[in-house]
Amino acid sequence: MFSREEIETIEAAIQREETPRSVSIAAMRFIQKQRGYVSDQSLADLAPMLGMSVSGLESVATFYSLIFRKPVGRHVILVCDSVSCWILGRERPLDHLRRRLGVDLGQTTADDLFTLLAIPCLGACDRAPAMLIDETLYGPLTPESIDEILSSYRELDR
Amino acid sequence: MTATETPLTRDIRPGEAPPGLREYESKGGYSALRKALRQMSPDEVIDEVRASNLRGRGGAGFPTGMKWGFVPKKDETSTRRYLAVNGDEMEPGTFKDRLLMEGNPHQLLEGVILASYAIQADLAYIFIRWAYHPAFNRLRAAAGEAREAGYIGKDILGTGFNLRVHIHGSAGRYMCGEETALLSSIEGSPARPRAKPPFPPVVGLYGKPTIVQNIETICNVPHIVNKGASWFRSLARSDDAGTKLYGVSGRVNRPGIFELPMGTPIREIIEDHAGGMWDGVRLRGFLPGGGSTRFLLEEHLDLPMDFGHIEGAGSRLGTGTMIILDDRTCPVGLLHNLEHFYARESCGWCTPCRDGLPWVEKTLDAIEKGEGRIEDLDVLDRHCTLLGPGRTFCALAPGAMDPLASGLEFFRADFVTHINDGKCPWG
Repeated sequence: MFSREEIETIEAAIQREETPRSVSIAAMRFIQKQRGYVSDQSLADLAPMLGMSVSGLESVATFYSLIFRKPVGRHVILVCDSVSCWILGRERPLDHLRRRLGVDLGQTTADDLFTLLAIPCLGACDRAPAMLIDETLYGPLTPESIDEILSSYRELDR
Repeated sequence: MTATETPLTRDIRPGEAPPGLREYESKGGYSALRKALRQMSPDEVIDEVRASNLRGRGGAGFPTGMKWGFVPKKDETSTRRYLAVNGDEMEPGTFKDRLLMEGNPHQLLEGVILASYAIQADLAYIFIRWAYHPAFNRLRAAAGEAREAGYIGKDILGTGFNLRVHIHGSAGRYMCGEETALLSSIEGSPARPRAKPPFPPVVGLYGKPTIVQNIETICNVPHIVNKGASWFRSLARSDDAGTKLYGVSGRVNRPGIFELPMGTPIREIIEDHAGGMWDGVRLRGFLPGGGSTRFLLEEHLDLPMDFGHIEGAGSRLGTGTMIILDDRTCPVGLLHNLEHFYARESCGWCTPCRDGLPWVEKTLDAIEKGEGRIEDLDVLDRHCTLLGPGRTFCALAPGAMDPLASGLEFFRADFVTHINDGKCPWG
């Protein structure tokens, strides 16, 4: 169940929008920010608020690649996999990330600290190869810079 | 000619906080809004934009003023109208709109208000891709300031014009950048494209007339209103007006975004502004306007970078952000990377795109690994026709075939070498 604050936030957004359904993506982003991901229960609670069926809302949730339907780590690492980063050798920093984290793309570390995912062109071609951790952009990446970045997040969460 | 004028980026300080409302105003900000709302009718704003010869900066290059003219006039119909500004910058190799959104959010907002006034919209959406968190946060903050100052809201500047502005944060998928898919997404549905016609200026968001416009296009509007159409045309070095945010990425010394007169020669952009190629690396070709444009070659380097000349050479200006293929980079691998992107980002709505792109991707994967057969080239050639213009529901698959078809044409020998040698020569 959503908290009263969550319900009030979603209802206020519905008041501002043209139709309740228009809020679906903003509401799922909000829930994800609150709870880390959008669970089956969250979909079931949210759908009636938007005048949608649960399956209708699920079809929206699963269309958008950054609505997480499964739990993710505390920090989500999105590694750019597009052409400019590829030209500048994205494989080397990516392999380094895989080794350091002990996971492949699509997986979460055993300590639930990081989830590693690929993302289309981050619009950071002048900083290629690039990645985003949560809301922060990093690049150009080297194995050395990756070690520094990862340890700063580990410090943060100690 | 005033070649050094950079109206769009003049007040942008990369890496620093953007100008706030006070600073923006002190540099002439929101004066175009005062001028338009107090001295110009909506049609006069459209006429000025039409006369400026501004063409869309999102890829298609459609004349902006003409598009605005397609919206039914308020005295002909009482229906509502919308503006939707496309900040879903996900075209591979494209990173220009991020600079404008992060660097000067009030400039974008002033353009949004002016464009809304011109088409008499009372609600404008700015659609921002997930990954652009600073752009999203800065635009939200700037919109709050503009509301406080009375530039957004009810009875703007006491003129009776009302406008709400919604900053919409998206949740991934390249498809959202297609203009009709973007409208579906704002309505809270999966971002699938819609049949055209009817076109959005007549039937758009919630079935109402809607203008969809790229971020860079909209950022030009305050300057056109302030300084006039002939000033804007005089900025360019060719027939296409204004300045353009050009991008260069790949193995160049200073990859980046450069605001230059429209029609600046390609060689000048790469050599003088992007610092030329790395030592010991040669340019073999380049995609002039993002991932969905056809390759051009060394022989095209002296062309002016504008709509007409790039089209004349068989490609498209697109987003104006070039991706450079050098002689140490495998063209098959580059195309494999691009087609992997398009195959994943297809929305799955129409069969040629949904089934054709993964086939193309797998074929390229096999060739790159040295497991291809010579008949695979026929498979790729055939897809370039079968996924071409008119065969699919929207422009995603034809855009995916543009680099492939031109790559097969210009770098065919490299494909054949992979197949004959059973490995990638760049391995």
